[in-house]
Amino acid sequence: MVGSATSLPVAWTCIAGVAALAISGECLIAAAMRGLGDLDVIRERSGLAGAIRAVLTSPMFLVGAFCMAFNFFAMLYTLSVVELSLAAPATASLTYVGNAVAAKFFLKENVDQRRWLAALFVCAGVYLLSK
Amino acid sequence: MKHTLSTQQYLILLCITLTASVGDTFLSHGMSQVGQVNLQHLGLLLRALTNGWVIAGIVLLIGFFASYMTALSWADLTFVMPATAFGYVVVALLSRFWLQEHLSFPRCAGIVLIVCAVGFVANGPSRTEHERSHHELDVMDSGVGR
Repeated sequence: MVGSATSLPVAWTCIAGVAALAISGECLIAAAMRGLGDLDVIRERSGLAGAIRAVLTSPMFLVGAFCMAFNFFAMLYTLSVVELSLAAPATASLTYVGNAVAAKFFLKENVDQRRWLAALFVCAGVYLLSK
Repeated sequence: MKHTLSTQQYLILLCITLTASVGDTFLSHGMSQVGQVNLQHLGLLLRALTNGWVIAGIVLLIGFFASYMTALSWADLTFVMPATAFGYVVVALLSRFWLQEHLSFPRCAGIVLIVCAVGFVANGPSRTEHERSHHELDVMDSGVGR
């Protein structure tokens, strides 16, 4: 599963790094969007340009977008050292569970039993789809 | 408080699912026509930008990002996440019926699990209500921002 010249700890460090960047990026973007409020309302009030300006001037959004861009390049590097059949489902599953944990503790979302169950089902589903 | 979504908001969630999965499929189809890109042939990346499938894929992915951010402005991250995961199901179905790939039993089981996950979350509230801070309430009482 792991690239021939890559040890297991290195492979999982890469995968964990990619997932951590995705979780940070998504949580920061989610926090920025929550802070801005309903974008549909902003668009009605200030037009599309106003909505785009509101998003692009949010520092939290910009840091989140930077994390997502960095995540993209980290994923490219990971794919060069770890096989796709391990890297893709492992990063997707870790990201889903990590997002649920981060949403509960950092975004203070009400992650009830059914949302935990949904995150676990998605992880299992992604694993099966990659087979 | 239970937040229910309007038809327009459900359409945005559908948009997230379709644009991400169809966009990825278009990009994959376009890049298979362009050929393998490596350090010796970086110019191929520029040529890829003239491929119709790649252009359509990029437009769809921009649409995905816009609808994803719109959804996050009125729904929780843990509510929107399964909607994005549903894209995996669409990709699997597209690869079966458009690209004529084989859909094995484990993949069918994976599709069922993700559909169940979306069902769990879709039945619940879309957003967590946070109690407003004293400062925010003071600002509202004073009429600032009206």
